[in-house]
Amino acid sequence: MALAAATKRKMVTAALIGPAALWLFVFLVLPFIAILVFSVGERAPAGGYQPAFTFEQFANLGARASAFVNTLTLAPIGAVACLLIAYPLAYYLAVKVDPRHRLLLVSLVVVPFWTSMLVRTYAWMYLLGARGIPHVLELLGIENVRLLNTPGAVLLGIVYGYLPLMILPIFVSLEKLDRRLLEASADLGAKPISTFFGITLPLSLPGVMTGVALVTILLLGEYLIPQLLGGGKVFFIGNALVDLFLQSRNWPFGSAIAVTLVFVVVIVLLVAMRIAWRFAGTRQVDLV
Amino acid sequence: MRTLVTAVYLFLYAPIALVVLFSFNSGRSASEFVGFSTQWYGKALSNTFLMEALQTSVIVAFTSAALAAIFGTMAAIGLERVGGRTRAVFDGLFAAAIVVPGVVIGIATLVALVQVFSFLNPALAALWPSETPPKLGLGYGSIIAAHGLFTMALVTMIVKARIASLGRDIVEASNDLYATPLTTFHQIVLPQIRPSILAGFLLAFTFSFDDFIIAFFVAGSNTTLPIYIFASIRRGVTPEINAVATMVLIASLIMILIARFLMREKKTAN
Repeated sequence: MALAAATKRKMVTAALIGPAALWLFVFLVLPFIAILVFSVGERAPAGGYQPAFTFEQFANLGARASAFVNTLTLAPIGAVACLLIAYPLAYYLAVKVDPRHRLLLVSLVVVPFWTSMLVRTYAWMYLLGARGIPHVLELLGIENVRLLNTPGAVLLGIVYGYLPLMILPIFVSLEKLDRRLLEASADLGAKPISTFFGITLPLSLPGVMTGVALVTILLLGEYLIPQLLGGGKVFFIGNALVDLFLQSRNWPFGSAIAVTLVFVVVIVLLVAMRIAWRFAGTRQVDLV
Repeated sequence: MRTLVTAVYLFLYAPIALVVLFSFNSGRSASEFVGFSTQWYGKALSNTFLMEALQTSVIVAFTSAALAAIFGTMAAIGLERVGGRTRAVFDGLFAAAIVVPGVVIGIATLVALVQVFSFLNPALAALWPSETPPKLGLGYGSIIAAHGLFTMALVTMIVKARIASLGRDIVEASNDLYATPLTTFHQIVLPQIRPSILAGFLLAFTFSFDDFIIAFFVAGSNTTLPIYIFASIRRGVTPEINAVATMVLIASLIMILIARFLMREKKTAN
């Protein structure tokens, strides 16, 4: 009887997890195995894939070095630029603002993140394009200003797109901060500035780390922002992948780049987790 | 400090506000507001390609979000009942589904599906009784499946967090009072996790509705709304795109506000 009950319990559990397990296997594990296999293959003469076992594709990664260089420089620069703007705002929201307005102000930061990235990037394409800000400058007598399709435009788009994601974890870690520590520090005669650097900043570092890691990881796979604001001149890994799969149809080489990208993401993630654990226990971040 | 904060909010909202403003411009300019007009909305709404893309996006987003909400919730409940090692494997896979860049998910799904189809289609053709066997290909199904991967992981995480904060005593009390497991689930657990399931559904819908890069690879000959917008942007910026963008913004705004409201209810209930 007890055995039957245990079997029944197991079957119910399997039925509950089954669909998600199937999904994870067919649409995550299997596709990853597929690109791993493709990445050691060869390009067929007409494009596409031809079975082989060679590391030629990986040896050839240098052919797309500029995409890697652009991504690996602009992603961290973008994350740090987000951080510099996000920290003061998160500090204000967590510490300074009237608690009655806090929820509304935090919502106003979160909402843009959940609206279409395409539309938000389009907004800047629109503003920086010839009929936008450059046209206004022309009316003011400043001519031939080129804003769109520059690295600066890409960086601006990055900060605009990912700022909400940076503010949130920092805000959470600052909000959780024990106010008594700040009072104790003040009572012991510390100046506000030394309280900030001695207590507030170190205790908010897990939030800072989470934000930097999140933004950097998402930026590593970015496609839309460099495509629309960089105009094909500022090429990211994502743009190289779209080109290789949909235009030049070099699937094995594209797969090798995709595998390398996943590898880079995993490394960034592991480094970030290591640093975060050193600072403090894991903290939950509410993304909504 | 205040000026800085105001500047950040301006930075976040001014570009969107300008896009919305110029969608009502009667001229084509992106810098001079000539006069108020809703002509671009009329133009957008009577554009059959656009409306078809919108229909595709709504069908895909609704189906993948519904599947994600159902299967994700089931997984969140099921994972409560398994051992630590199994749970760690699933946590890792769900985390991977969220962390792996969309562009890689799109490519990998494309590569895998093309292989599967090239294997299955001849087999189907050989086995099919009539002359015209069905041909499997990229389309609604592949977009729904690829979106479902990310959104299922999202729903599972949200519902799991909610389950973790539930009191076990009330479930035990229900069992002690001879309620069947199904009754306990229906009357005790479900009412408490329902807001987070709904919030998960809405976020999943928003994600799928807004996604460009995954659909770009696996949509086949279908066009979703973001793919349509992307293609028209490349042909040139027009106020009609502003009108479409405004409508997309309003749609996701409504979704996210309801989702936030539902998640808040969860917090006050604690």
